[in-house]
Amino acid sequence: MRWFRGTTDAQAKPESTGKGGQRVSRRSTGFTEFMRTVTGTENLAVLDLGPTSSANISFLTQFGGRVYNEDILRGSRDRSYFSKQEDGTEKLDPQKFFAENLNHQEGLFDAVLCWDVADYLDETLVKPAVERIHKSMKRKGVLLAFFHTKDAGPESPYCRYHIVNKETVELEPGPDFRLQRIFNNRHVENLFKEFASLKFFLGKDNIREVLVVR
Amino acid sequence: MWKSRPDENPSTQPKPASLPVTASTPAPVNKPEPPKIAEPVRTDVAAHIGKSVVIKGELSGNEDLYLDGEVEGTVDMGAHSLIIGPNARIHAHISAREIVLHGRVEGNVRGMERVELKKSCVLVGDISTQRIVIEDGAFFKGAVDLQKDVKAEQRKSAAAAVSYSITPSTSNIVETPGRQQASFLEQK
Repeated sequence: MRWFRGTTDAQAKPESTGKGGQRVSRRSTGFTEFMRTVTGTENLAVLDLGPTSSANISFLTQFGGRVYNEDILRGSRDRSYFSKQEDGTEKLDPQKFFAENLNHQEGLFDAVLCWDVADYLDETLVKPAVERIHKSMKRKGVLLAFFHTKDAGPESPYCRYHIVNKETVELEPGPDFRLQRIFNNRHVENLFKEFASLKFFLGKDNIREVLVVR
Repeated sequence: MWKSRPDENPSTQPKPASLPVTASTPAPVNKPEPPKIAEPVRTDVAAHIGKSVVIKGELSGNEDLYLDGEVEGTVDMGAHSLIIGPNARIHAHISAREIVLHGRVEGNVRGMERVELKKSCVLVGDISTQRIVIEDGAFFKGAVDLQKDVKAEQRKSAAAAVSYSITPSTSNIVETPGRQQASFLEQK
Protein backbone atom coordinates (compact mmCIF):
# COMPACT_ATOMS: atom_id res chain seq x y z
CA MET A 1 0.00 0.00 0.00
CA ARG A 2 1.26 3.42 -0.83
CA TRP A 3 1.24 5.87 2.06
CA PHE A 4 2.52 9.17 0.86
CA ARG A 5 4.23 9.43 -2.44
CA GLY A 6 7.97 9.63 -2.00
CA THR A 7 8.03 8.03 1.42
CA THR A 8 11.45 6.69 2.21
CA ASP A 9 12.29 3.80 4.45
CA ALA A 10 14.19 6.09 6.74
CA GLN A 11 11.19 8.34 7.19
CA ALA A 12 8.45 5.80 7.66
CA LYS A 13 8.90 2.31 8.98
CA PRO A 14 6.18 -0.25 9.45
CA GLU A 15 6.19 -1.08 13.12
CA SER A 16 3.22 -3.07 14.17
CA THR A 17 0.04 -4.44 12.81
CA GLY A 18 -3.08 -3.43 14.61
CA LYS A 19 -6.71 -4.18 13.98
CA GLY A 20 -6.96 -1.22 11.66
CA GLY A 21 -3.97 -2.25 9.58
CA GLN A 22 -0.27 -1.69 9.51
CA ARG A 23 0.93 1.30 11.45
CA VAL A 24 3.71 3.45 10.15
CA SER A 25 5.90 5.47 12.45
CA ARG A 26 6.75 8.96 11.30
CA ARG A 27 8.92 11.64 12.83
CA SER A 28 7.15 14.95 12.67
CA THR A 29 8.97 18.25 12.90
CA GLY A 30 5.67 20.10 13.00
CA PHE A 31 4.44 18.07 15.93
CA THR A 32 7.76 18.55 17.72
CA GLU A 33 7.35 22.33 17.35
CA PHE A 34 3.71 22.04 18.39
CA MET A 35 4.67 20.23 21.60
CA ARG A 36 7.47 22.68 22.28
CA THR A 37 4.93 25.48 22.13
CA VAL A 38 2.25 23.92 24.32
CA THR A 39 4.51 22.32 26.93
CA GLY A 40 4.25 24.22 30.16
CA THR A 41 0.88 25.77 29.37
CA GLU A 42 -1.30 25.84 32.44
CA ASN A 43 -4.71 24.18 32.13
CA LEU A 44 -3.90 23.16 28.61
CA ALA A 45 -6.98 22.64 26.44
CA VAL A 46 -6.44 20.73 23.20
CA LEU A 47 -8.96 20.07 20.44
CA ASP A 48 -8.25 16.91 18.46
CA LEU A 49 -10.18 16.84 15.19
CA GLY A 50 -9.01 13.40 14.14
CA PRO A 51 -10.54 10.03 14.93
CA THR A 52 -10.60 9.18 18.62
CA SER A 53 -7.28 7.79 19.79
CA SER A 54 -6.62 6.66 23.33
CA ALA A 55 -2.89 7.17 22.68
CA ASN A 56 -3.50 10.85 21.95
CA ILE A 57 -5.73 11.30 24.96
CA SER A 58 -3.34 9.65 27.37
CA PHE A 59 -0.36 11.51 25.89
CA LEU A 60 -1.99 14.94 26.01
CA THR A 61 -3.63 14.54 29.41
CA GLN A 62 -0.30 13.69 31.03
CA PHE A 63 0.45 17.39 30.81
CA GLY A 64 -2.47 18.04 33.11
CA GLY A 65 -4.64 19.34 30.33
CA ARG A 66 -8.05 18.63 28.93
CA VAL A 67 -8.59 16.98 25.58
CA TYR A 68 -11.62 17.66 23.41
CA ASN A 69 -12.27 15.14 20.70
CA GLU A 70 -14.37 15.92 17.67
CA ASP A 71 -14.05 13.72 14.63
CA ILE A 72 -15.57 16.20 12.19
CA LEU A 73 -14.80 14.13 9.13
CA ARG A 74 -16.77 11.12 10.32
CA GLY A 75 -19.41 13.45 11.72
CA SER A 76 -19.80 15.14 8.33
CA ARG A 77 -21.04 11.89 6.80
CA ASP A 78 -24.01 11.78 9.12
CA ARG A 79 -27.10 11.54 6.93
CA SER A 80 -29.04 13.96 9.12
CA TYR A 81 -26.81 16.81 7.85
CA PHE A 82 -27.81 16.18 4.23
CA SER A 83 -30.67 17.93 2.44
CA LYS A 84 -32.52 16.70 -0.60
CA GLN A 85 -32.00 18.83 -3.69
CA GLU A 86 -34.50 19.59 -6.43
CA ASP A 87 -32.93 17.00 -8.68
CA GLY A 88 -33.40 14.36 -5.98
CA THR A 89 -29.76 14.14 -4.94
CA GLU A 90 -28.65 14.69 -1.39
CA LYS A 91 -26.15 17.38 -0.51
CA LEU A 92 -24.38 18.20 2.71
CA ASP A 93 -25.94 21.23 4.37
CA PRO A 94 -23.26 23.24 6.21
CA GLN A 95 -25.87 25.03 8.33
CA LYS A 96 -27.17 21.75 9.69
CA PHE A 97 -23.66 20.49 10.24
CA PHE A 98 -22.42 23.56 12.10
CA ALA A 99 -25.55 23.68 14.23
CA GLU A 100 -24.20 20.59 15.99
CA ASN A 101 -20.47 20.68 15.37
CA LEU A 102 -17.55 22.92 16.25
CA ASN A 103 -19.70 24.83 18.69
CA HIS A 104 -17.20 25.80 21.30
CA GLN A 105 -16.95 28.92 23.38
CA GLU A 106 -14.62 31.63 22.14
CA GLY A 107 -10.99 31.47 23.20
CA LEU A 108 -11.26 28.02 24.73
CA PHE A 109 -8.39 26.12 23.15
CA ASP A 110 -4.66 26.54 23.52
CA ALA A 111 -4.00 24.10 20.73
CA VAL A 112 -5.76 22.33 17.89
CA LEU A 113 -4.70 19.17 16.10
CA CYS A 114 -6.20 19.21 12.61
CA TRP A 115 -3.99 16.45 11.20
CA ASP A 116 -4.89 16.11 7.49
CA VAL A 117 -8.65 16.44 7.94
CA ALA A 118 -8.88 19.49 5.65
CA ASP A 119 -7.71 17.42 2.67
CA TYR A 120 -10.63 15.03 3.10
CA LEU A 121 -13.38 17.33 4.34
CA ASP A 122 -16.22 18.42 2.07
CA GLU A 123 -15.35 21.72 0.38
CA THR A 124 -18.38 23.54 1.77
CA LEU A 125 -17.17 22.86 5.31
CA VAL A 126 -13.50 23.74 5.07
CA LYS A 127 -13.54 27.53 5.29
CA PRO A 128 -16.35 27.82 7.85
CA ALA A 129 -14.64 25.14 9.95
CA VAL A 130 -11.38 27.08 9.98
CA GLU A 131 -13.27 30.27 10.91
CA ARG A 132 -14.92 28.51 13.83
CA ILE A 133 -11.64 27.01 14.94
CA HIS A 134 -10.08 30.47 14.81
CA LYS A 135 -12.79 31.81 17.10
CA SER A 136 -12.51 28.97 19.56
CA MET A 137 -8.75 29.36 19.96
CA LYS A 138 -6.92 31.54 22.44
CA ARG A 139 -4.62 34.28 21.21
CA LYS A 140 -1.21 32.78 20.46
CA GLY A 141 -2.76 29.33 20.46
CA VAL A 142 -1.28 26.88 17.96
CA LEU A 143 -2.79 24.67 15.31
CA LEU A 144 -1.09 21.80 13.53
CA ALA A 145 -2.31 20.69 10.13
CA PHE A 146 -0.91 18.32 7.52
CA PHE A 147 -1.44 18.72 3.80
CA HIS A 148 -0.67 16.32 0.99
CA THR A 149 1.44 17.57 -1.87
CA LYS A 150 0.47 17.47 -5.54
CA ASP A 151 1.98 14.02 -5.88
CA ALA A 152 -0.72 12.46 -3.74
CA GLY A 153 -3.52 10.73 -5.57
CA PRO A 154 -7.11 10.02 -4.60
CA GLU A 155 -6.00 6.58 -3.50
CA SER A 156 -3.92 8.08 -0.72
CA PRO A 157 -5.36 6.38 2.32
CA TYR A 158 -6.93 8.36 5.09
CA CYS A 159 -5.00 7.71 8.27
CA ARG A 160 -5.58 7.97 11.96
CA TYR A 161 -2.78 9.69 13.80
CA HIS A 162 -1.56 8.26 17.09
CA ILE A 163 0.93 10.25 19.13
CA VAL A 164 3.89 8.17 20.23
CA ASN A 165 6.06 10.82 21.82
CA LYS A 166 6.93 14.49 21.40
CA GLU A 167 8.59 13.84 18.05
CA THR A 168 6.83 10.85 16.56
CA VAL A 169 3.35 9.96 15.40
CA GLU A 170 2.05 6.68 14.09
CA LEU A 171 -0.18 6.51 11.03
CA GLU A 172 -2.80 3.83 10.80
CA PRO A 173 -5.12 3.41 7.82
CA GLY A 174 -8.43 4.60 9.13
CA PRO A 175 -11.95 4.83 7.79
CA ASP A 176 -12.27 4.91 4.02
CA PHE A 177 -12.34 8.58 3.03
CA ARG A 178 -11.42 9.93 -0.36
CA LEU A 179 -8.89 12.72 -0.74
CA GLN A 180 -10.95 15.71 -1.88
CA ARG A 181 -8.34 18.12 -3.08
CA ILE A 182 -4.74 19.25 -2.89
CA PHE A 183 -3.97 22.58 -1.30
CA ASN A 184 -0.99 24.44 -2.58
CA ASN A 185 0.91 26.81 -0.32
CA ARG A 186 -1.16 29.82 -1.39
CA HIS A 187 -4.38 27.98 -0.62
CA VAL A 188 -3.07 27.13 2.80
CA GLU A 189 -2.10 30.75 3.41
CA ASN A 190 -5.56 31.90 2.30
CA LEU A 191 -7.23 29.34 4.46
CA PHE A 192 -5.45 30.60 7.57
CA LYS A 193 -5.35 34.28 6.63
CA GLU A 194 -7.04 35.31 9.88
CA PHE A 195 -4.24 33.75 11.89
CA ALA A 196 -1.11 35.60 12.96
CA SER A 197 1.54 33.37 11.43
CA LEU A 198 2.20 30.15 9.56
CA LYS A 199 5.26 27.98 9.52
CA PHE A 200 5.72 25.27 6.87
CA PHE A 201 7.72 22.10 7.34
CA LEU A 202 8.22 19.86 4.34
CA GLY A 203 8.97 16.24 5.14
CA LYS A 204 10.90 13.85 2.95
CA ASP A 205 7.64 12.06 2.30
CA ASN A 206 6.18 15.17 0.65
CA ILE A 207 3.75 15.92 3.41
CA ARG A 208 3.64 19.58 4.33
CA GLU A 209 3.21 20.19 8.00
CA VAL A 210 1.91 23.61 8.90
CA LEU A 211 2.10 25.16 12.34
CA VAL A 212 -0.32 28.05 12.58
CA VAL A 213 -0.36 30.58 15.39
CA ARG A 214 -3.61 32.39 16.25
CA MET B 1 -7.26 16.35 -11.14
CA TRP B 2 -5.02 13.59 -9.94
CA LYS B 3 -2.30 13.88 -12.54
CA SER B 4 1.02 13.99 -10.81
CA ARG B 5 2.20 16.77 -13.13
CA PRO B 6 -0.24 19.64 -13.01
CA ASP B 7 1.56 21.38 -15.90
CA GLU B 8 0.16 18.77 -18.23
CA ASN B 9 -3.38 19.79 -17.38
CA PRO B 10 -3.44 23.37 -16.15
CA SER B 11 -7.22 23.64 -16.30
CA THR B 12 -7.48 21.24 -13.41
CA GLN B 13 -5.44 23.51 -11.17
CA PRO B 14 -7.43 24.93 -8.28
CA LYS B 15 -8.19 28.63 -8.47
CA PRO B 16 -6.19 30.60 -5.93
CA ALA B 17 -9.06 32.95 -5.18
CA SER B 18 -11.32 30.25 -3.88
CA LEU B 19 -11.03 26.85 -2.35
CA PRO B 20 -9.54 24.20 -4.59
CA VAL B 21 -11.59 22.05 -6.88
CA THR B 22 -13.18 19.18 -5.09
CA ALA B 23 -13.54 15.59 -5.99
CA SER B 24 -16.90 13.98 -5.77
CA THR B 25 -18.59 14.28 -2.41
CA PRO B 26 -18.54 11.03 -0.48
CA ALA B 27 -21.85 9.34 -0.15
CA PRO B 28 -23.65 10.24 3.04
CA VAL B 29 -24.13 7.63 5.64
CA ASN B 30 -26.58 7.23 8.42
CA LYS B 31 -25.75 8.42 11.91
CA PRO B 32 -23.02 6.20 13.30
CA GLU B 33 -25.10 3.38 14.67
CA PRO B 34 -23.71 0.73 16.93
CA PRO B 35 -23.72 -2.60 15.14
CA LYS B 36 -26.36 -4.85 16.61
CA ILE B 37 -24.76 -7.58 18.68
CA ALA B 38 -21.49 -7.17 16.89
CA GLU B 39 -19.60 -9.16 19.47
CA PRO B 40 -20.36 -11.17 22.56
CA VAL B 41 -20.98 -8.83 25.44
CA ARG B 42 -20.48 -9.87 29.01
CA THR B 43 -23.90 -10.19 30.57
CA ASP B 44 -23.08 -12.21 33.68
CA VAL B 45 -23.84 -9.28 35.91
CA ALA B 46 -26.46 -9.16 38.59
CA ALA B 47 -29.11 -7.03 36.91
CA HIS B 48 -30.09 -6.97 33.27
CA ILE B 49 -32.28 -4.49 31.44
CA GLY B 50 -33.23 -5.77 28.02
CA LYS B 51 -33.35 -3.94 24.73
CA SER B 52 -37.12 -3.51 24.66
CA VAL B 53 -37.23 -1.68 27.98
CA VAL B 54 -37.72 2.09 27.96
CA ILE B 55 -37.05 4.07 31.13
CA LYS B 56 -37.71 7.76 31.62
CA GLY B 57 -36.43 9.22 34.85
CA GLU B 58 -33.78 8.34 37.38
CA LEU B 59 -32.17 4.93 37.30
CA SER B 60 -30.03 3.99 40.29
CA GLY B 61 -29.00 0.86 42.11
CA ASN B 62 -26.56 -0.91 44.39
CA GLU B 63 -25.47 -3.73 42.14
CA ASP B 64 -23.77 -4.20 38.83
CA LEU B 65 -26.00 -3.56 35.84
CA TYR B 66 -26.15 -4.55 32.19
CA LEU B 67 -28.25 -1.99 30.35
CA ASP B 68 -29.34 -2.66 26.78
CA GLY B 69 -32.55 -0.62 26.64
CA GLU B 70 -33.48 3.01 26.22
CA VAL B 71 -33.05 5.49 29.04
CA GLU B 72 -33.83 9.18 29.24
CA GLY B 73 -32.89 10.90 32.49
CA THR B 74 -30.00 9.90 34.74
CA VAL B 75 -28.20 6.66 35.49
CA ASP B 76 -26.32 6.41 38.77
CA MET B 77 -24.92 3.05 39.83
CA GLY B 78 -22.74 4.47 42.60
CA ALA B 79 -19.80 2.19 43.39
CA HIS B 80 -20.89 -0.52 40.98
CA SER B 81 -20.12 -1.31 37.40
CA LEU B 82 -22.31 -0.58 34.43
CA ILE B 83 -22.27 -2.11 30.96
CA ILE B 84 -24.12 -0.28 28.22
CA GLY B 85 -25.11 -2.92 25.68
CA PRO B 86 -24.90 -2.59 21.89
CA ASN B 87 -28.64 -1.98 21.51
CA ALA B 88 -28.82 0.68 24.20
CA ARG B 89 -29.89 4.25 23.46
CA ILE B 90 -29.10 6.47 26.40
CA HIS B 91 -29.95 10.15 26.70
CA ALA B 92 -28.66 10.63 30.21
CA HIS B 93 -25.74 11.50 32.39
CA ILE B 94 -24.16 8.28 33.59
CA SER B 95 -22.24 7.65 36.76
CA ALA B 96 -20.73 4.40 38.07
CA ARG B 97 -17.48 2.98 39.35
CA GLU B 98 -16.64 1.29 36.07
CA ILE B 99 -18.46 1.87 32.79
CA VAL B 100 -18.18 -0.12 29.57
CA LEU B 101 -19.93 1.34 26.54
CA HIS B 102 -21.00 -0.68 23.51
CA GLY B 103 -24.07 1.30 22.48
CA ARG B 104 -25.10 4.88 21.88
CA VAL B 105 -24.92 7.45 24.67
CA GLU B 106 -25.71 11.14 24.61
CA GLY B 107 -24.73 12.61 27.94
CA ASN B 108 -21.78 12.95 30.25
CA VAL B 109 -20.09 9.82 31.52
CA ARG B 110 -18.43 9.72 34.92
CA GLY B 111 -16.58 6.55 35.82
CA MET B 112 -14.96 6.75 39.22
CA GLU B 113 -12.29 4.23 38.25
CA ARG B 114 -12.52 3.40 34.56
CA VAL B 115 -14.39 4.10 31.35
CA GLU B 116 -14.08 1.81 28.36
CA LEU B 117 -15.35 2.70 24.89
CA LYS B 118 -15.79 -0.35 22.70
CA LYS B 119 -15.52 -0.12 18.92
CA SER B 120 -19.30 -0.15 18.42
CA CYS B 121 -19.85 2.70 20.86
CA VAL B 122 -21.07 6.18 19.95
CA LEU B 123 -20.61 8.69 22.73
CA VAL B 124 -21.53 12.35 22.52
CA GLY B 125 -20.68 13.91 25.86
CA ASP B 126 -17.81 14.48 28.24
CA ILE B 127 -15.88 11.78 30.04
CA SER B 128 -14.56 12.15 33.54
CA THR B 129 -12.59 9.26 34.97
CA GLN B 130 -9.22 8.03 36.21
CA ARG B 131 -8.50 5.56 33.44
CA ILE B 132 -9.85 5.36 29.92
CA VAL B 133 -9.70 2.66 27.27
CA ILE B 134 -10.83 3.40 23.71
CA GLU B 135 -11.03 0.77 21.02
CA ASP B 136 -10.30 1.78 17.45
CA GLY B 137 -13.56 2.58 15.70
CA ALA B 138 -15.32 4.05 18.72
CA PHE B 139 -16.94 7.39 17.96
CA PHE B 140 -16.47 9.97 20.67
CA LYS B 141 -17.31 13.64 20.62
CA GLY B 142 -16.60 15.55 23.79
CA ALA B 143 -13.99 16.36 26.37
CA VAL B 144 -11.92 14.03 28.48
CA ASP B 145 -11.03 14.89 32.04
CA LEU B 146 -8.59 12.37 33.43
CA GLN B 147 -8.55 12.65 37.19
CA LYS B 148 -5.63 11.60 39.28
CA ASP B 149 -5.87 8.22 40.92
CA VAL B 150 -5.28 9.35 44.50
CA LYS B 151 -5.24 5.83 45.95
CA ALA B 152 -2.77 4.58 43.36
CA GLU B 153 -0.52 7.56 43.95
CA GLN B 154 -0.62 6.95 47.67
CA ARG B 155 0.26 3.31 47.06
CA LYS B 156 3.10 4.34 44.75
CA SER B 157 4.53 6.84 47.18
CA ALA B 158 4.26 4.32 50.00
CA ALA B 159 6.02 1.71 47.86
CA ALA B 160 8.69 4.22 46.91
CA ALA B 161 9.25 5.03 50.57
CA VAL B 162 9.58 1.33 51.41
CA SER B 163 11.97 0.65 48.52
CA TYR B 164 14.02 3.68 49.49
CA SER B 165 14.35 2.43 53.03
CA ILE B 166 15.43 -1.05 51.93
CA THR B 167 17.60 0.05 49.00
CA PRO B 168 20.88 0.45 50.89
CA SER B 169 20.78 -2.98 52.47
CA THR B 170 19.50 -4.62 49.26
CA SER B 171 22.20 -3.08 47.14
CA ASN B 172 24.79 -4.12 49.66
CA ILE B 173 23.66 -7.69 49.42
CA VAL B 174 23.48 -7.75 45.63
CA GLU B 175 26.63 -5.87 44.97
CA THR B 176 28.68 -7.23 47.75
CA PRO B 177 31.48 -8.77 45.64
CA GLY B 178 31.80 -5.73 43.40
CA ARG B 179 31.69 -3.31 46.24
CA GLN B 180 34.23 -5.27 48.17
CA GLN B 181 36.49 -5.22 45.18
CA ALA B 182 35.98 -1.52 44.72
CA SER B 183 36.68 -0.75 48.31
CA PHE B 184 39.73 -3.00 48.20
CA LEU B 185 41.04 -1.14 45.19
CA GLU B 186 40.24 2.18 46.76
CA GLN B 187 42.12 1.24 49.86
CA LYS B 188 45.04 0.23 47.78
